[in-house]
Amino acid sequence: MNWETVIGLETHVELATKSKIFCGCTTRFGGAPNTHCCPVCTGMPGALPVLNQAVLEYAVRAGVALNCHITRYSKFDRKNYFYPDLPKAYQISQLYLPIAVGGRVELSTPSGTVSVGIHELHMEEDAGKLVHDPWTDQTRADYNRCGVPLIEIVTQPDFRTADQVIAYLEQLKETLQYLGVSDCKMQEGSLRCDVNLSVRPLGSRELGTRTEMKNLNSFKAIARAIDYEARRQIELLEQGGRVVQETRRWDENKDATYAMRSKEDAQDYRYFPEPDLPPIELDEGWLARLRAAQPELAPAKRARYQADYGLPAYDCQMITSDRVLAQFFEGLVELGAPAKQAANWIMGEVLGALSARGMEPREMCLSAGTLARLIALVEEGKLNRNTAVKVFEAVFDQDGDVDAYVRAHGLEQVNDAGVVQAAVERAIQAHPQSVADFRGGKEKVFGFLVGQVMRELKGKADPKLVNTLLRQVLGGT
Amino acid sequence: MKITTELIAHISQLSRLSLPEGEQAAMAAQLERIVDYMDVLSRLDTGDIEPMSHVFPVRNVLRADEEQPSCDREALLANAPARDEESFLTPKSVE
Ligand SMILES: [Zn+2]
Repeated sequence: MNWETVIGLETHVELATKSKIFCGCTTRFGGAPNTHCCPVCTGMPGALPVLNQAVLEYAVRAGVALNCHITRYSKFDRKNYFYPDLPKAYQISQLYLPIAVGGRVELSTPSGTVSVGIHELHMEEDAGKLVHDPWTDQTRADYNRCGVPLIEIVTQPDFRTADQVIAYLEQLKETLQYLGVSDCKMQEGSLRCDVNLSVRPLGSRELGTRTEMKNLNSFKAIARAIDYEARRQIELLEQGGRVVQETRRWDENKDATYAMRSKEDAQDYRYFPEPDLPPIELDEGWLARLRAAQPELAPAKRARYQADYGLPAYDCQMITSDRVLAQFFEGLVELGAPAKQAANWIMGEVLGALSARGMEPREMCLSAGTLARLIALVEEGKLNRNTAVKVFEAVFDQDGDVDAYVRAHGLEQVNDAGVVQAAVERAIQAHPQSVADFRGGKEKVFGFLVGQVMRELKGKADPKLVNTLLRQVLGGT
Repeated sequence: MKITTELIAHISQLSRLSLPEGEQAAMAAQLERIVDYMDVLSRLDTGDIEPMSHVFPVRNVLRADEEQPSCDREALLANAPARDEESFLTPKSVE
């Protein structure tokens, strides 16, 4: 029998606010245990949560970008469960009136366009971290992450393959990074994904029993877990068994999923309205201003770069892979750098320097002004490209002064034909054998002689001028 | 409302309370009396009334996204029934 895999996703994304969702504690990652905490986020009796307006704004921005309907009258609810990662014994979340519902995103995958429905997007708080100490047989609770703002984005069961899931997550990550609402760092847990998966005979309209997989902390793990779990369910059904609705954990080391919670532990969260937080009523004017201020997202930028600057699709993809990089590119072009030159410098030297230093584009110190000046010097024939790369390396870390560096190191390109001519002649005199070889037909020797002339001029000559003059001299006699 | 011993078992499981077998029936009877007491409310016809979640007509209480100093850890941990130098301690709850 042919089977079809049906997948839906629940993605938790940490919002990049300065303070927590309901208190002023910092959201900074790390920190000594329980040092980013206060009575609100540790659930002390009598503490009153107050919603961070940036959380509301970021959630609405994300909802708009995912083409959701924004709920004009929204509320928070308590999701009750008794587990020490939540000191209040409930999580403040949204069940009945989530902030955004009914969205849709289009994915382009190698096997065609896929349309994925967004069931809903809601705001909630993160839980703390528990560490079990085998020596004392006790669990240590660190509440630094408790109250860090999250949005949970729930899709319809519209995925059929792991590739589609990865394409969605990549697009989601890109969108949220462009909006500036999250840095989406999987390794720091700021983008986490639960996968709901079932299988059914191909052509069937009914959904099979699904399992939920947790603990997926990389795209690779997600893809492998999906393949594993689909195979496990199909084998089970083909052997006449049945799938049990349960939560399963992906074990990275064993390359397998295993059941986490038993059936009798069925989830029963006893949701009820959160009385501590008044409802949210969105103003149409506010919403319109926010829509108008939505930044241009990556797909729109890619199309614009192709149309306006005639850049190849590959270049557009590379430059827009990161919002900061795209802004840097736009800065260069605004300062007069030719688009293709700007793209080449970004894809070559800038990305190379960043990866050599293990840095993200947003950590880069180099300003567009500095690189634009360097590109201009090359364009004006005042620096040759190879020397410019050396200058780039010298100014990259401190955003140094290009002109000052060029002056201090005497790197201006030698464009004086007389000076180049003299160097050509010196090189020819110094290498009579090579000259003879060249005239005897060994074209390869030409490059060697160019190198010698460049060396005479400490690499600062205009390579085109060297070529022309060298050929004239060699061919002339 | 009928409170069964099964429901008592489920609720104590959710709230992580272990109730001795013998106390379950007594607890069911007591809880049923408490819940029945509330039953008086269901005599009212609330069909046309929207459920109220907030007593005061307040909307949109928001704070600016500004970092405030967190609490002194010692002061926070002073409230914990069990603690070490840096953390709250609980009975074993992770595998
Ligand atoms: Zn706090």
